[in-house]
Amino acid sequence: MSAQIFPRNANALVWVSIIGLVLLIGGIVAALVGLYLSPWYTEVGVAKEQPVPFSHKHHVDQLKIDCRYCHATVERAAHAGFPSTDTCMSCHSQVWTNSPLLQPVRDSYQSGESVVWNRIYDLPDFVYFNHSVHVAKGIGCASCHGRIDQQHLTAKAQPLYMGWCLGCHRNPEDNVRPRDEVFNMAFDPRSLPLEQRVALVAEYQIPTDGRLTNCYVCHR
Amino acid sequence: MESAARTLNPSRLARVAWIPLCLLLAACHIDMYDQPRYTANQPSDFFEDGRAMRPPVPNTVPMTDEPPDSVMLTGRANGELAVELPMELTAELLERGQTRYNAYCAPCHGLAGDGNGVIAYRGGIQVPSLHNDRLRTVQVGYFFDVITNGINRMYSYANRIPPEDRWAVAAYVRALQLSQNVDANDLTAEERQQLGGQ
Ligand code: HEC
Ligand code: HEC
Ligand code: HEC
Ligand code: HEC
Ligand code: HEC
Ligand code: HEC
Repeated sequence: MSAQIFPRNANALVWVSIIGLVLLIGGIVAALVGLYLSPWYTEVGVAKEQPVPFSHKHHVDQLKIDCRYCHATVERAAHAGFPSTDTCMSCHSQVWTNSPLLQPVRDSYQSGESVVWNRIYDLPDFVYFNHSVHVAKGIGCASCHGRIDQQHLTAKAQPLYMGWCLGCHRNPEDNVRPRDEVFNMAFDPRSLPLEQRVALVAEYQIPTDGRLTNCYVCHR
Repeated sequence: MESAARTLNPSRLARVAWIPLCLLLAACHIDMYDQPRYTANQPSDFFEDGRAMRPPVPNTVPMTDEPPDSVMLTGRANGELAVELPMELTAELLERGQTRYNAYCAPCHGLAGDGNGVIAYRGGIQVPSLHNDRLRTVQVGYFFDVITNGINRMYSYANRIPPEDRWAVAAYVRALQLSQNVDANDLTAEERQQLGGQ
């Protein structure tokens, strides 16, 4: 008669450890997914400190300055660009000339050294993005950057995940607007009836045959 | 009984222990996210001024069809301010000029060019009206010149408005001036009716 190797509760122990292991792995995966989507990782809605507390709400909403005054290349280049110190000084040489908040701008104008803004939107280097094509095809700034005219310090509106880019490239009719509304922050594309947006997609010759979701469009 | 023994076997456990580790490591491939090349607006510790974007060297001429001393790029013909646009005046040109004017000039000069833009009003800057006899009769090249080089307190807009668009703005300023200074006799009776006149 062989000796009994396992105690009586061995069965229970096995089940507890199997279930425990599954829960542990599941928990780790869930936690990682949660982190991946959380503002801690995506930075969505988290305003960043800047060397000068520049406010879009102040300049765009209250002073009604057009995006292009500061992001001048957005219609003709891949990058929208940041305003040069000269651009700020075109007003601030005469407005708020003594404000301590603007000291870094005045220093930069004197020394010729750039004000280094903290980047908010930054795609990985293996993704190709181009502003001019989106602006030319009637995609508004607000569709990607949110209501930036309501932000004091700039924060992300989108995590810039691939699925989000693809979502719009599959269904551009959800976001397309007339070209002259591109810079209008308050315009909501969905205020247009769907047929009108489908007509705009056709008018702007946005390909709807799936070409826009080919990998080489963004990874080149 | 047999299977229970296997599950509890430590070497079995060790064989799956790497799975969570993989998930952790999957987040650590920063190398392709920040590749060893410069992108626009990136800081650089290689260049003295700290910028990766290099300004063009002095005396660089733009690579266009226009020669560097053409009216299109300088606003001057033989040293004199141009009196004619270097391109055809079309409705599209004026429309283009209007969007540029509203974006770049209206903050100070106002949508109608009367010098009452939001910045002039809120910031308390004195901005001259574009509707006076001197500016109505000045050569159109003068507007191009002011946008390109600035004047006194007004800064240059040359780095933000390409030359073709500067001409569009100049043409639009002319149109604005006309719009604010029309002889009532030039209007048709119908138009005068709309204005409430006789
Ligand atoms: C008066 C100048 C000015 C105007 C007008 C302006 N911006 Fe900006 N913008 C800036 C400055 C300066 C920054 C950098 C500081 C910051 O991120 O807030 C910036 C940053 C941004 C960023 C974040 C860039 C990044 O990745 O760091 C976005 C997006 C943006 N602007 C969009 C817009 C849009 C859309 C408009 C028009 C509705 C607009 N801006 C109008 C000056 C301006
Ligand atoms: C078109 C004119 C214009 C431009 C260009 C401009 N500003 Fe301003 N800015 C103003 C005016 C006008 C005010 C103050 C208005 C008021 O409070 O009524 C102001 C206020 C500010 C303030 C103080 C805001 C506060 O509430 O304390 C800061 C900081 C500032 N600007 C930064 C910048 C920076 C940085 C740039 C360049 C990217 C810039 N501005 C470009 C017109 C401009
Ligand atoms: C289709 C989505 C989309 C639209 C529409 C869009 N942007 Fe962007 N924007 C982005 C992305 C993505 C980035 C990050 C680019 C990068 O990291 O290379 C960005 C970056 C920026 C930046 C930072 C500087 C730069 O050029 O990288 C500014 C400023 C900006 N956008 C302004 C604007 C303005 C103004 C408009 C409207 C005319 C606009 N954007 C429309 C997606 C968009
Ligand atoms: C809100 C809608 C929208 C979003 C979001 C969007 N796109 Fe686009 N994208 C378009 C449209 C519309 C076009 C125009 C396609 C055309 O007509 O060729 C386009 C075109 C492009 C093109 C040029 C394609 C070509 O070769 O013609 C690239 C590259 C691109 N998008 C990259 C991106 C990336 C990267 C993202 C995410 C960061 C993104 N887009 C997010 C709507 C969008
Ligand atoms: C509309 C633009 C677009 C298209 C089309 C696109 N991608 Fe992407 N892709 C992106 C963006 C944006 C990211 C960066 C996402 C992030 O920052 O997490 C990305 C990231 C990736 C990554 C890296 C993921 C990581 O975290 O390392 C892979 C792999 C990838 N894409 C594969 C593909 C393949 C395969 C296709 C074709 C089926 C494709 N992509 C088509 C925009 C695009
Ligand atoms: C930041 C405010 C501001 C903006 C924006 C601005 N201007 Fe001016 N402008 C001025 C001021 C101030 C003067 C008066 C200069 C002086 O003589 O001191 C002026 C003067 C002028 C004059 C008259 C010159 C003369 O001989 O009397 C013209 C023409 C002119 N601007 C055209 C433009 C055009 C075109 C734009 C758009 C591209 C523009 N301005 C944008 C502030 C501005």
